[in-house]
Amino acid sequence: MASPLRQLVLARLRESLRHPETIFWTFVFPILLAVALGIAFRGERIDPVRAVVVDAPGAEEIARGLRADSTVRVEVLSRAEADRLLRTGRTAILVLPGDPLLYRYDPTRPDSRLARERVDRALQAAAGRTDPLRASDSLVTEPGARYIDFLVPGLLGMNLMGGGLWGIGWVIVEDRIRKLLKLQLATPMRKRDFLLAHVLARLLFVPLEVVPLLFLSWLAFGVSSSGSLLSLAAVATGGALSFAGLGTLLASRARTTATISGLINLATFPMIVVSGVFFSVSRFPGFLQPLFRALPLSALVDGLRGVMTDGAQLATLWPQFLVMGLWGTLCFVAALWLFRWT
Amino acid sequence: MSKEPADGNALLTGRFDRGSASGRGPAVSLERLVKRYGDIVAVDSLDLEIRSGECFGLLGPNGAGKTTTIEILIGLQEPTAGHVVVLGRKWGEDDRSLRSRIGVSLQETRFPERLTVAEVVTLFGSFYPRGRDVLSVLREAGLAEKADVWTSRLSGGQRQRLALACALVGNPELLILDEPTTGLDPQARLQFGDSILSHKDRGGTIVVSTHYMEEAQRLCDRVAIIDRGKAIAVGSPGELVASLDAHLVVEVELAAGDVEDGALRRVAGVSSVRRENGLLLVSVREAHVTVPALLDLFRTRSLSLAHLTLRQATLEDVYVALTGRRYSDG
Repeated sequence: MASPLRQLVLARLRESLRHPETIFWTFVFPILLAVALGIAFRGERIDPVRAVVVDAPGAEEIARGLRADSTVRVEVLSRAEADRLLRTGRTAILVLPGDPLLYRYDPTRPDSRLARERVDRALQAAAGRTDPLRASDSLVTEPGARYIDFLVPGLLGMNLMGGGLWGIGWVIVEDRIRKLLKLQLATPMRKRDFLLAHVLARLLFVPLEVVPLLFLSWLAFGVSSSGSLLSLAAVATGGALSFAGLGTLLASRARTTATISGLINLATFPMIVVSGVFFSVSRFPGFLQPLFRALPLSALVDGLRGVMTDGAQLATLWPQFLVMGLWGTLCFVAALWLFRWT
Repeated sequence: MSKEPADGNALLTGRFDRGSASGRGPAVSLERLVKRYGDIVAVDSLDLEIRSGECFGLLGPNGAGKTTTIEILIGLQEPTAGHVVVLGRKWGEDDRSLRSRIGVSLQETRFPERLTVAEVVTLFGSFYPRGRDVLSVLREAGLAEKADVWTSRLSGGQRQRLALACALVGNPELLILDEPTTGLDPQARLQFGDSILSHKDRGGTIVVSTHYMEEAQRLCDRVAIIDRGKAIAVGSPGELVASLDAHLVVEVELAAGDVEDGALRRVAGVSSVRRENGLLLVSVREAHVTVPALLDLFRTRSLSLAHLTLRQATLEDVYVALTGRRYSDG
């Protein structure tokens, strides 16, 4: 008779690969996301900011001044209409003619702050200000420095996290609901084999979660890794193991699929926001950053980015491996202790 | 894949290593078993001895404590008090080796939907040191044709057969089945019973819980009627029925009108009267005396009969006689 561990791993793989939703979430969804975000932030030209000049004496002159600047798109509208557009976010700034001119904008919106600078620059230039220093722009769209290059390691990390938490957490809870865990407990099956099988099945899934996304982002956007693929594989494996531990812990007590999906969402959403998937952790206030960097997704994404963009050697990524290792081990130990079989 | 002898017949006719069925000690013995959940007493000082090589039925209505008893038997629950000895061992000594000698099916287990029948049975077989050949198990469970079908495509009866196959594939000495036929139609229950019995034919012991009285009567060598956590009667179905004061039952349906129970009880040879679903059930000792007397009573009252049947008393009648309550198997 074949070994129980091998049979348990096979059963896990068969179950996953025979579910079309696994295929979608593992392969299709991250690629769609990469394509959508890659297009949205392709960064090949400078997007114009929208500005509205409130219709009043002098408005046309101001508008003419702004139209001279290609980075500003300008309209002249009534005060009421202008206010409405600003309130609903469809314009970044209002210019009210008068002396002095009044810029009306929301300082918490980055595009509004940008618009204020551009509008002011254009109007000052139109009024005759000359720059004492000559400068010109050189736009960088080299592979490696674009948003998509930042994004792909983030998406890889997110994918590995989702795979670990849903792939283990959800499946264990389903087995518990089906009373399959209980039935298996009544057999001579070793609990160790059961949990190990989940972890091993996850590791076998890592190439499936990493390779297609990496290949397609190379094909479509020319994203490549400056570090070795072996290092990349090592970081991805570390992340997969870390989330295998967290997935097992989340599933250790839950008795309904509503509970487990709540727990997984509770764990994943904050991490997606604060772990640097879509934007750098350095955007957060300094005192929060060490906290956020101690999250497993941050460590994984930092590690992947380190290898892909900086070509980092594995040895220099020890803090990331330490974070992932601690999360994985502590969660797994806690899960073993808490695990509810029946 | 299999460690079994190449000769497939050895499998079907083979007996267990541990001596002949008659020479073995009891397969299971429970002594003053108690299980309490807070204030609720699920098992109330239960004593049972299940012999090796027999098919033993735990019979009783839902909530009688059958499932709790079985879960204690298979080591999934700890008793509050009492002694449990299974195949000569106690739980907590070497559970893995004890589990490898027991095949279990539990109520309402659902198998992974996208695994085939053969894959599920192979998986369970892999847990056991002396697992059987999967195909021979599937044949025995009547699932050979469904070997390559996803479990999600199985009917209710086929799912129960799959659970049985998973219990059989470890080549257990003791087969423990918790309500294996619940929800099946009578025809499917009949077929399922035959599959179970092949295990006994190989010398194995079976413990099966059911709330279908007629099934217990047909399948089991001995049964324990469980009521409110106690065994209120233990013996072969024949013995239990014979222990009744009256072991024949006259079922009467009147076309119109009614007759009071008292008048029926006064008829010679009537032991008790009860009513169920519009039928009068009259327990009698001697048919040749009582049936004519009953007919006389109906004639003098000008009551016409829609239907009259004379039958052997069943375990259900035993249950009613012992508890004074109607048996509901719903």
